[in-house]
Amino acid sequence: MKFKVPERLQPTIREIKFILRRIKDTPLSLFGIAIVMFFVVIAAFAPLLAPPVPGLNPYLIPSDPALGFRVEPSPPSPKHPFGTTLLQRDIYYGCIWGTRWAFQVALEVIIPIVAIGVVLGLIAGYYGGVIDEILMRFTDIILAFPGLILAMCLVTVLTQANWTTIDSVLLSIILIGWPGYTRLIRGETLRVRNEDYIEAARASGASDLRIMFRHILPNTIYSIIIVASLDFGGIVLTTAALSFLGLGAPTGWADWGRLIYDGMGFVSGGLRWWWSWVYPGVFISLFVLGWSLLGDALRDVLDPLYRRK
Amino acid sequence: MEKAVSEEIIRVEDLYLNFYTYEGVVKALDGVSLNIKRGEILGVVGETGCGKSVTSLSILKIVVPPGKIEGGQIKFNVKGKTYNMLEFNEPTMSRVRGRYISMVFQEPRAALNPVYSVGDQIGEVFYLHRKEEIIKAVIEQLRKEVETAKGFRKRVLRLYLSLYERMLKNPKSLRVRLASKIPILRRFRNLMKKEVRKRTVELLRTLRIPDPERVVDMYPHELSGGMAQRCVIAMALVANPILLIADEPTTNLDVTVQAQILVLIRELQKKLGSTILYITHDLGVVAELCDRVAVMYAGNVVEIADVMTLFKEPLHPYTQGLLESIPRPGKPFTSIPGIVPSLINPPPGCRFNERCKYAMDICWKQKPPLVEAGKEHYVACHLYSGGK
Repeated sequence: MKFKVPERLQPTIREIKFILRRIKDTPLSLFGIAIVMFFVVIAAFAPLLAPPVPGLNPYLIPSDPALGFRVEPSPPSPKHPFGTTLLQRDIYYGCIWGTRWAFQVALEVIIPIVAIGVVLGLIAGYYGGVIDEILMRFTDIILAFPGLILAMCLVTVLTQANWTTIDSVLLSIILIGWPGYTRLIRGETLRVRNEDYIEAARASGASDLRIMFRHILPNTIYSIIIVASLDFGGIVLTTAALSFLGLGAPTGWADWGRLIYDGMGFVSGGLRWWWSWVYPGVFISLFVLGWSLLGDALRDVLDPLYRRK
Repeated sequence: MEKAVSEEIIRVEDLYLNFYTYEGVVKALDGVSLNIKRGEILGVVGETGCGKSVTSLSILKIVVPPGKIEGGQIKFNVKGKTYNMLEFNEPTMSRVRGRYISMVFQEPRAALNPVYSVGDQIGEVFYLHRKEEIIKAVIEQLRKEVETAKGFRKRVLRLYLSLYERMLKNPKSLRVRLASKIPILRRFRNLMKKEVRKRTVELLRTLRIPDPERVVDMYPHELSGGMAQRCVIAMALVANPILLIADEPTTNLDVTVQAQILVLIRELQKKLGSTILYITHDLGVVAELCDRVAVMYAGNVVEIADVMTLFKEPLHPYTQGLLESIPRPGKPFTSIPGIVPSLINPPPGCRFNERCKYAMDICWKQKPPLVEAGKEHYVACHLYSGGK
């Protein structure tokens, strides 16, 4: 029996074929997708790859009491394939659970940022005038500061106000991240707003909300997807940077940035304790690289200006 | 027909509209007055920038900033009552748009949202303006099915029926809105979708779109210009509007397609008895299609008359010039001397004075009022206002 595709699905299938061919033709996209898939698998199977100690928070890297409470890292061994870092914490465990943590952080940040950006950007772009002016000046205020420094200030202030360091890191990245998306969506809204079909929708009696979310948003969604996927790695890099500066995750937390921070004291030893900073470094680099390549691939596929070349 | 023609459905009186641009205030409409009678096709002709489109946008109140309506009245006669539409608030207006007055735009493919199929877009107007009818049809169908159904299916259909009845009673019912969000249960909406789809296909068929079942699922980029324009017209006709505004609907189409669309518009007008405000700069189309014509120049209506009268004895010097500049074989090419005045600093008095060969002193001092120069023949020119 031959499965027959209904005729009205034909264009969809042609489109999917086009996307797949496009991805196949660019090895870098394939590479990016492979990396991201690799990390997804690690994150999904973290409890199998590195079983946590029962009864403990799985994001806390366990120490190995068998190696004693020495400060210096122990080299890679069958029991600790990536070696151990400060206080005999297993680097392999940290890298595996760090992957899951990276996904969690990126999602917890990107979802609110996109939501805020979509709502405010649509409002600013669609209504224009005073509302637009007020919202845009707000974004200007935040964009006027260097992002990382503003994030550091916010983390410091928030931890003083009895927030946990992890929550304050997430919140501060959200606070420095939303203006970019708001601007992006505002710009796209301005482009779409004056199209004839928006006027036609108004002429057929659609309300403002309906026009914004049903007619303008779907026409701007591609750029949001592209930028969000490029940012996915960026957010992890920012959290890692904050951790590296000692402002992020507490010591012992399965966070790549924190692992590098812990390994920083041993860089002075030259290559003597190389495993303590190389492995987490490789994980961060690959993660960010994977998402940038995926973002580029999505742009190739989705952006109408690039796609038919 | 005669009886129906006399009733006015829209009367625009002394409409003023300005665009506040960086270069200055563009006085785009300078006291526009015109009336549209039930069942007629009123043509509005004029050069680019004379305010034809802006007038139609003002009737729907969808003028976008920096444009602003500064004064005048738009009287709207519906169900024996007269309203001034400029006093309507936004929610009221959005019920008027599409339901009572709808619009067909110039560039058909730009007037369709590229991310939705034709069926989705026409369906949206059904949901906006004819939801009640559709719910009623679904309920009727469900009642029949419930009687014949058995066992579990009967229960499901009963549940659907109760939901639809609730929706009919109170469109904003919380229970219905909640049910629309729950997976599986949400499927009760499919019945409504099916009904809308059926009606959309029927509508497309009356517009003589070949193979409407297939076209419903097509996206705007897959359609030819003529097909897209038919779909846009379908969208405008969903709610059987009292007035259909057509803003140069055939300008961007091939001549053959243009002829098809014109025939279609005329047929629909005969069949549905709707009123059409037809905006164009093509005098041939006007002669072919319209019952009456309003000629606009630089933000003024300069002449309104029956189409035969206007072509036989044009009174306003601009109309005369316009008719003379229609190219004809064997005749030297003529045009009106001069250019359209800047609307930021329009000349005092009559806006046509600089280009008019009959210009008198008074034309530079006073704006000519729109006076009745013959039966149902109005003209705004000092040549005729003195005598009456």
